[in-house]
Formats: sequence, C-alpha cells, structure tokens
Amino acid sequence: MNEKIESRKPPVATTGIIGWLRINLFFNWTNSLITIFVIYCLYQFVPWILDWTVFSADFKYNYLGQQITNQEMCSRNLDPENGGACWAVIYVRFYQFIYGFYPREEVWRVNISYVMLAIALLPLLITKLPYRKIFLNFTYVFPIIAYFLLNGGFGLPDISTNKWGGLLVTLVLGCTGIALAFPIGVLLALGRRSKLPVISMMCVLFIEFIRGVPLITLLFFGMVMLPLFLPEGIDMDGLVRVLVAVTLFQSAYMAEVIRGGLQAIPTGQYEAARSLGMSYWRMNFQIILPQAIRISIPPIVNTSIGLFKDTTLVIIVGLLDLLGIGRGTLADTNWLGLSYEIYFFVSLVFFIFTFGMSRYSLYLEKKLKTGINMGAD
Amino acid sequence: MKKLLSIFAVVAFAFSAHAGTLDDVKNRGFLKCGVTTGLAGFAAPDDSGEWAGLDADMCRAVAVAVFGDRSKVEFITTTGKSRFPTLASGEVDMLARNTTWTISRDVNLGFEFVGVNFYDGQGFMIPSALGVSSATELDGATVCIQTGTTTELNLADFFRLNGISYEALPIETNDEGKENLFAGRCDVYTTDASGLSSTRAAASNPDKWVVLPEIISKEPLGPLVRHGDHQWGDVVRWSLNAMIIAEELGVTSENVDAQLGSNVPEVLRLLGVEGSYGEMLELAPDWAYQIIKQIGNYSESYEANVGPDTPLEIARGLNALWTQGGILYAPPFR
Repeated sequence: MNEKIESRKPPVATTGIIGWLRINLFFNWTNSLITIFVIYCLYQFVPWILDWTVFSADFKYNYLGQQITNQEMCSRNLDPENGGACWAVIYVRFYQFIYGFYPREEVWRVNISYVMLAIALLPLLITKLPYRKIFLNFTYVFPIIAYFLLNGGFGLPDISTNKWGGLLVTLVLGCTGIALAFPIGVLLALGRRSKLPVISMMCVLFIEFIRGVPLITLLFFGMVMLPLFLPEGIDMDGLVRVLVAVTLFQSAYMAEVIRGGLQAIPTGQYEAARSLGMSYWRMNFQIILPQAIRISIPPIVNTSIGLFKDTTLVIIVGLLDLLGIGRGTLADTNWLGLSYEIYFFVSLVFFIFTFGMSRYSLYLEKKLKTGINMGAD
Repeated sequence: MKKLLSIFAVVAFAFSAHAGTLDDVKNRGFLKCGVTTGLAGFAAPDDSGEWAGLDADMCRAVAVAVFGDRSKVEFITTTGKSRFPTLASGEVDMLARNTTWTISRDVNLGFEFVGVNFYDGQGFMIPSALGVSSATELDGATVCIQTGTTTELNLADFFRLNGISYEALPIETNDEGKENLFAGRCDVYTTDASGLSSTRAAASNPDKWVVLPEIISKEPLGPLVRHGDHQWGDVVRWSLNAMIIAEELGVTSENVDAQLGSNVPEVLRLLGVEGSYGEMLELAPDWAYQIIKQIGNYSESYEANVGPDTPLEIARGLNALWTQGGILYAPPFR
C-alpha cells in the first residue's frame, strides 16, 4: 500500500497548444464560427497588404532600377498590373515629415532635442532607473533647454516657428499640451471641489466654457482673434497661440478626469488626514491626489491620446504638422496621386505613438494595481 | 461672419495705420506672404522644402521688387477660413492664395485685389471613353458635385440654360469626387478647372480622362493686400504687371541682359534703363529687371508651374495674352 501512484497527466484537451486553442478559439460553435471567419478574412487580407506594403513596393528604386524622383517613375504607374506602394515619396520627403522646413544646417538642434526628450522621459517611465533623481532634475529643465535650442538664443540663430513642421510640430504640441495641462487640470479639479464659492465658481465656469466649445473654435480664437486684442507691438508667435488654445482645452478635460478620481476617494481618507492635523495642500498632495490620480490613469491616458490626435486640427489655422506636410506633399505636382502611401505613413507614425501610450498605461495600471479594492492590500 | 470680419479689418487697420506696409517690410528685412497649405501648381513645398507654384512665384516677385532677392520671403500657410483674418490682422503683408476676386471681398472685407494672376472657372471632367466633346452633349449624365458651393448653383444654371437634364451625386470633398469619378459612380465631375487638372494628373492613367473646353463661371484669382495702403498695393500690383508686360515685350529671364540694350522704349522703361519708375514706387531702379531675371516673365512662371508641360497640363486658354486669344492684359508701362 506504500506504493506511490504516479499522478495522472491532465487531459490532452485542456493543456498545451490544443487546450489553449480549444479554450480560446473553439470553445463553442459561435466561437468556432467567428474564429474561422476571422482566419478567412486574415487569409484574404494579410497576403495582399504584405504584398502591397513590402514585397511589390518601391522603396527607393523602381523595378527598372532607377531612383524614383516623381510619381511617374513609380512601378505601379509605369506598369499598373504589378507594383505596390511607392514609398519613395516618404524617402524623398522624410526630412520634411520629421523636421518641416527647419534649415538643414541647423537641424542638429532638433535632433538633440529629440534625444533629450527621450532622456527626459526615461525617469518618468522607468521608476527603477539608476540615478533617477538626477535624471528627474534634467526632466524639469528640459523644456527650457529645448525652447532655446529649437527657437534660438544664446548665440544660436533664431528659427521662426513658421519653419517648424511635421513631426516636430506634432510632438511640440502634443508634449507641451499634455505636460502643461496636467498640473493645470489638477488645480482646476481641486478648485471645482473647493468650498470657497469664488474659486469653485471660476473653475466651473472655465471648465464648462472650454468643454462647451470645439477645439477648432479655440484654435481659431487663438489664431485669428487673439492678435486683434493684443496691443500693437506685441507679436505673439503663431505656434504659441495654438499651444495656449490646446493647453486650455486639454486642461479642462484633464480637470474633469481627475475630479472623477477625486470623487472615488472615500470621505474617511479626508477625515483621517484632517485628524492627523494635515493642512489642505498637504492632505491633497500626500493622501488624496496620489490615490485619485492612480485610479484615473486610464482616462488620463485616454484624453492624452485624444489630444495627440487632435493636434492634426492645427492645419485649419495654417500650421503644417505631420498630416499637413503629408497633404502639402500631395499638392506637389511631382507626387500627385500618392495619397495611399502618404496617409498610410502618417497613420503608422500616429499609431506608433498612441499605441505606445496605451501600452504604457496598461503597464502602469498593472504595476500600481489600480482597482476598486485599493488600500485593502 | 462677414460683418465680424470687416470689424476686425477696421480694428486691424486702426492698429496698422501708423506706417506704410512697404516700410514695415523693408525694416523687417523680409516679406510675409500668405499662401495655401498646398495646392498643386499654385503653392506647394517641393522636395527640398522650398515653396513652388504660380502663387509662390507671385510672392517671390514682390520680394525681389523690394529687396532684389528672391529668398527674402517667408511663406505663411493659410486655409480658406484663416486667410482673410490673417491678412486683416497684419500677420501677412499680402495674400497670394488662389483667392477669387469678388465684390464683397474687395469692398466689404476691406481688402484690395491688385490684379489677376490666374483666370479660373468651373469646368467638367469626364472619362474619355464617353466620347463627348462638349458639355452641352451631357444630357442625362450623373454629375459629382460638392454640395453647398457656388459650383452647385452654376451647374444648375448651365444645364437649365442649355435645356438638358442631369442627376446630381452630392459629395463633400475633392477627394470624394475623385474617388467617385474614378470608380464610375458618376459620369462627370465638376469643379474649378485648375482643380480638375490636378485631379486628372493624380489619376493612375491621366489619358483616360478629359477636361471639357466649357468654362461656366468666372473665378479670377489674384493677389490681395489690405485696404488703404495704396503705396504697398501699387508695389504688389506692378510686380504682377511687370511679369505680364515682360511677356508682352518678349523679355525673358534668359534674354533680359541682352534686352538692356534694346531699342524698344518700353523695354528700356521696364528694365529701369530709362525713366524713374522705381523711384516712384520707392523701389530700386532695376526692380522689374530683377523680377524678370530671378523669377521670369508671366509665361515662364505659368509654363513651369501649371502649363502643358507639367503634370497639370493646363492650356493657356483665358490666361493667354490679350494679343493671343486670352484676356491677360496689363496697363502700359509709362
């Protein structure tokens, strides 16, 4: 009786690849049907898109081996039967897509700014970064350095923002909008919940007014009407005016998102902080906000992604962001008709940024274990 | 909206009335010129980021007239909605943004159109397989038409006048019109002729499409400046006229140096050898010579940007000189 009985293996159908397939893809007949349908669609679509984007596509040379300098030299225009995407337009125009009309001899300034942006983001994204404190200090001064580097000053020649364009404008608008809107949004959210009627009224008025009008209206206001109200001689830069409009817009939305988080914090937390003799600011910054912001991460990222994509609206006020450069390229008689390639490229760039943002927020949520049972663990 | 705009214009004028635009431009060291965010043949950035096109040439011509240097210009991109406020607020010195000259824009908005650098008009594009050579043969055709535009009204007028019927397929944007026509959902696409030409050039096989000869509306496109600064208006007006007169006189960027020794009095006046026209405009004596040398005459600019040898293939048509069957006409240079 002391003989040990070998433990039996679980049924084949519940483990390994087969088990995974059964549970996830063929669980019941509706599930199976959907799986088969999706596989069929992928079978139809994926080879075609791969062929168009990669295998039959021109990157720099057409199928005759010539370097492509205009749309007539694209393989698909030379021989409509074969030939896929003509990426040469992106290759030729890559500089404009990334830097706009920034002078070539000064472009190192943009490159350094891009690298510095990445370094400045590191301590925000990775909490276990060695020497994080030092990096964080750099993050705080980065906007000032980047401003002078890109715009000019301290011996660097001035580059008018008129010459900025493409990804540069998209990133400047997106990053500045998100970075500035967050603290303003926090203050507005606190203000709206304030017991002082003047402050709460002002915050409510501001938030509701901004939320009540579309971003385009604000952009127009910043671009068209603001210069008429400013006294003569004060010439506000076009990009700055748009930045102001974008930041105001984003901060109103951010305020409401954070207010949502604040409302989820139980009154006990406030009372506990108060009973320890904490001041209003100390209570908010050390007890309430850390919890409120933690549960607000998904909507914060959501509005940030929304803003990043909304920056394409600036073409309406005449700024050429990434999409604007794409449209400008389409208007060049050399590249007429390559709209699929250009819009594909622009959406790909936007996808990389927004997908990165959403994955990062997922990672944050997992790390911070945001959920209803906060405080219980 | 228009009333609001004219109020802005007045306010802006009150602010900017201190000195002439010409002095402002000279002090600044470069011209600020409003162009489109990109329109084939008129203004679009080329591969090296330089703005090129008929309107861009217009801006450069004014920069050359003032500074003698075609690079002394900053292009400010404007959209159909932002162009007028941008000019009214003084953010640009002039607009060359394929803008149609109409009475309300000239008078009510407080702008001054200084001339016409392209005569456009509504036209029709059809598949060449349809075998139609005139728009009057389009009885019963399905027409792709942008809703809520003047083109819609012009179309209805044209078909009623000719006693033929059509079926409208309403669309919102130019791209939509293009896709519908190429997919065969409509037989005819109608919009401004220059727009039709760029749509045609964007087709995978442009020879399969033809633009019919009929032009059914007037769309004179020209550069404009703010009302009330006549000195500056004159500079822009005569920069354009100099290019047109140069074509009339056969002066091109290539032969302009040889023409300095011409025996035609008007050529000598134009090139600043005789007379003091530059002084009258407060410009250098050789301002027109420099425009022709650095930009070319009207014909050269036209041929390089929109003419038959470009993908747009727009024939001179109305834009030919008055002596060659067109209506392009500049007052005499004396």
